[in-house]
Amino acid sequence: MRYAYFPGCSAESTARDMHQSTLAVARALGIDLVEPKGWTCCGATAGHQTDHFLAVSLPAANMAKVRDMNLDMVVSCAACFNRMKVANHEIAAHPATRKQVGEALERDYDGSVKVRHFLEVLLDDVGLKAISRAVKHSLNGLKVACYYGCLLVRPPKILKFDDPENPMSLDRLVEAIGGQSLDWPCKVECCGGGLSLSRTDVVVQLTDSILDMACRAGADCVAVSCPLCQVNLDLRQQDIRKQTGRNHQMPILYITQLVGLCLGIRRDELGFEKLMVPASTVLEKVAAN
Amino acid sequence: MEKICGAALGVCFQCKKCSSGCPVAKLAKSRPSEIMRQLHLGAGNELLESDLVWACVSCETCSTRCPMGIDVAGVIDALRKLALERGAPKPAGNVPLFNRAFLRTVQMFGRSYEIGMVAAYKLGTGTWMNDTEKFPTMLKKGKISLLPPRGGDRKTVRRIFKQSKKNQGPQA
Repeated sequence: MRYAYFPGCSAESTARDMHQSTLAVARALGIDLVEPKGWTCCGATAGHQTDHFLAVSLPAANMAKVRDMNLDMVVSCAACFNRMKVANHEIAAHPATRKQVGEALERDYDGSVKVRHFLEVLLDDVGLKAISRAVKHSLNGLKVACYYGCLLVRPPKILKFDDPENPMSLDRLVEAIGGQSLDWPCKVECCGGGLSLSRTDVVVQLTDSILDMACRAGADCVAVSCPLCQVNLDLRQQDIRKQTGRNHQMPILYITQLVGLCLGIRRDELGFEKLMVPASTVLEKVAAN
Repeated sequence: MEKICGAALGVCFQCKKCSSGCPVAKLAKSRPSEIMRQLHLGAGNELLESDLVWACVSCETCSTRCPMGIDVAGVIDALRKLALERGAPKPAGNVPLFNRAFLRTVQMFGRSYEIGMVAAYKLGTGTWMNDTEKFPTMLKKGKISLLPPRGGDRKTVRRIFKQSKKNQGPQA
């Protein structure tokens, strides 16, 4: 199994733990990830909110590079995944857009590179049975609230990732490694995304209500697969405590960190020390078996 | 409006599913369904000052749930585009400045550079003290890089930005 792997900018800053744990899990499961040389930013929400042409061309520049590698593109950041797939859709559906993008890239790109989230590789290519077999330490019934956020599932017509109201792919993976995935109502609620710095007030309110619900559902931790969700839910717990007095102390882990832990990968290779809210309860529970 | 966002606005029958699911509707003065109704009634530039336009988190819940298949988030995208073009007043938190600061680092380095972006944004908004207490921990945990990113294909990215500026005409 060989793929072109697009890390995304956050892999070099706020989401090094996502990047490290993705690479470690891939290695352990025999997945070969090759970075396209010279990859660049997908434009993220800032590009999307500023200019349609930028929002399509910036992802396309990367997909054109992957086109030359003759591999499927694998992305572990939900935001990059979303921008890539939307750009592909726009280019394939609108010849005028394709032409304009082609002029800026100085090459034609037809929108045909297959873009997949790393979760899809784990579920569809490796398969849950193989992952279960590779598990060395079970999650031991750890109660996990799986949080998908927006960018993995919406817009569903373009992303075709999972059910947009009640997705189950993360849940199935958690069950396969011995966890108990919780039925809770905030799976696809929004964390405030890119407004983290510009409208911190909005992000604090949204993350507070999501975390509150995870606590009430009895979660030991929340599993995510988007760097924006992780940072907002993890980092903003300090602000929630200061502003409302509520102390959630809820560990927010990347699903790849949980899978890696079960595969027996060393914690420092999975970036556990980078979490703002420490995951000691999770680690104790897994170590107990 | 219909031309910019490609949505058939006339089929909206005010079921308000978009407003019920909108995560920021309860925090903003206006709701997505109200914006849709105002568009029906022929509202103009006053809509560009609606706080929802920049408080919108682009989560696309509204578009996903609309029973008539209207891309409501696309309508908000179109309002943002017009707000930028027509120089609407700065919204709370100056989101357009944040977006510009972010994109400027991408234009320079090919990849986003957090410290550069945060500095430019704070300089423009005067919010120096926000989040400073988190900076040392984030630096220690390697969640922020001091140095700008390297290795990105800057040449292609610069061509894209040049073309984008050209598309927007002389006022941009």
